[in-house]
Amino acid sequence: MIVLELDQFLKTLEQADALEQIQELIFGLRNHFQVDHLVYHWVSRDGEQYGCGTYDPVWVQRYVDKEYLRIDPVVQGCFQRFDPVDWKRLDWSTKAAREFREDAIAHGVGNQGFSIPIRGPSGQLALFTASHSTDDETWAEFMATHQRDWILIAHYLNQKALDLEKARTPEPVRTLSPRECDALTYLGMGYSRGQVADLLSISEHTLRAYIESARFKLGAFNTTHAVARAVSEGLIVIGGSARAAAGGWPGRETE
Amino acid sequence: MLRYIYGNELADYPILQDTMHRDRAVQFSERLNWAVTIAENGWERDEYDQLNPLYVIWQNLDGTHGGSMRFLPTTEQTMVSDHFSELLNGQEICSPFIWECTRYCLGQQSNSRVAAAMMLAGGELMRAFSLTHLLGVFDPRMVRIYSMIGASPEVIGSAGEGRDMISVGLWAYRPEDREKVLRKAGLSSEISEHWFSRSFGRPVQEMQQVA
Repeated sequence: MIVLELDQFLKTLEQADALEQIQELIFGLRNHFQVDHLVYHWVSRDGEQYGCGTYDPVWVQRYVDKEYLRIDPVVQGCFQRFDPVDWKRLDWSTKAAREFREDAIAHGVGNQGFSIPIRGPSGQLALFTASHSTDDETWAEFMATHQRDWILIAHYLNQKALDLEKARTPEPVRTLSPRECDALTYLGMGYSRGQVADLLSISEHTLRAYIESARFKLGAFNTTHAVARAVSEGLIVIGGSARAAAGGWPGRETE
Repeated sequence: MLRYIYGNELADYPILQDTMHRDRAVQFSERLNWAVTIAENGWERDEYDQLNPLYVIWQNLDGTHGGSMRFLPTTEQTMVSDHFSELLNGQEICSPFIWECTRYCLGQQSNSRVAAAMMLAGGELMRAFSLTHLLGVFDPRMVRIYSMIGASPEVIGSAGEGRDMISVGLWAYRPEDREKVLRKAGLSSEISEHWFSRSFGRPVQEMQQVA
């Protein structure tokens, strides 16, 4: 059984150049979280769907054949929203929804679910879902523990899916803002958050916002990973000597 | 009472919707003289209202609007990135854990308790959805009100002078602020939880990240 730690997952996701590769990755991630299922589900404005995940392929085919997209309270309920949703809070009161739920449980989806909606460009909706068979209390704790990681995974998966979508016009590459570069540079040089906040004359709370933002733009899970990525992409220069040097260094125009 | 309502559900509350957009017209056009668009029906609305934002609205006992603010994730198109990036020297903040908060508006009869209740709601959103910050746009009068409530944002950019000043700032999530804001709002923790779960279908503490 392959278990993927989050940083391995990200590293492999970055390198994926076909949607099929994401399918394998999700299994490893599922085993990491020890949850019954993890699924990424893309729905475009005209109802075109794409998905990958750990559901039984029989269920996936059935979902398409029976046009469950039109009934599924998760898709219907998450559409247009951006807050993470516990399936329990959706409207399952219609007969069609109740029958759908029974069918889903019969196909091993689980009685609990948590979905993170993402509103992409041109009316795209993506959902990243974790589902499981367990009681309410265990599930509540599980959601609370993993919400943050799942939100990041949802966004990174969707970004990758968008990148791989051929017909799409490419988004401009996100660049780091000056403050974000400074924050990561100082952190990379080994300064503490308190020292970096002092150096930038901002509070530690605000520094955290810049770090959060930089981390997200770099597709990283934690600050260390963000610094490493910023260095490898040439967005920041660490190695103190170069930066602190009074003169120029090779390749740099003297001002 | 506090309501958390997405744009596409707003029409289900016609009085609330109508009075919110009218109060926004009063605050942003008449009082602050911002270059906002007022429709024939007296509503102030802009393009960000079209993006299905999440509104937090204080509803008065008679069903009218007492205060409101509007949220959009900074991972999507936002007012700050569209209109205030210059003011922020090119800082573009983008994170699923930072939501933009704009059009913070108080009804004409509303007091500081309503203002505090709205700050409380902002805190509940942060607590429930693992947000680290809210990124807000506000005027000098709001700066005074925020400071009175004890929930001052850290201003990261400003433009204009005196009454015409407009600022962008960050509120960080600090769990310890909740008690203080509850007191200022004159509300119990239970009632706030109740209002939240009525809108979102589950208690906020369930969603809170285990620290």
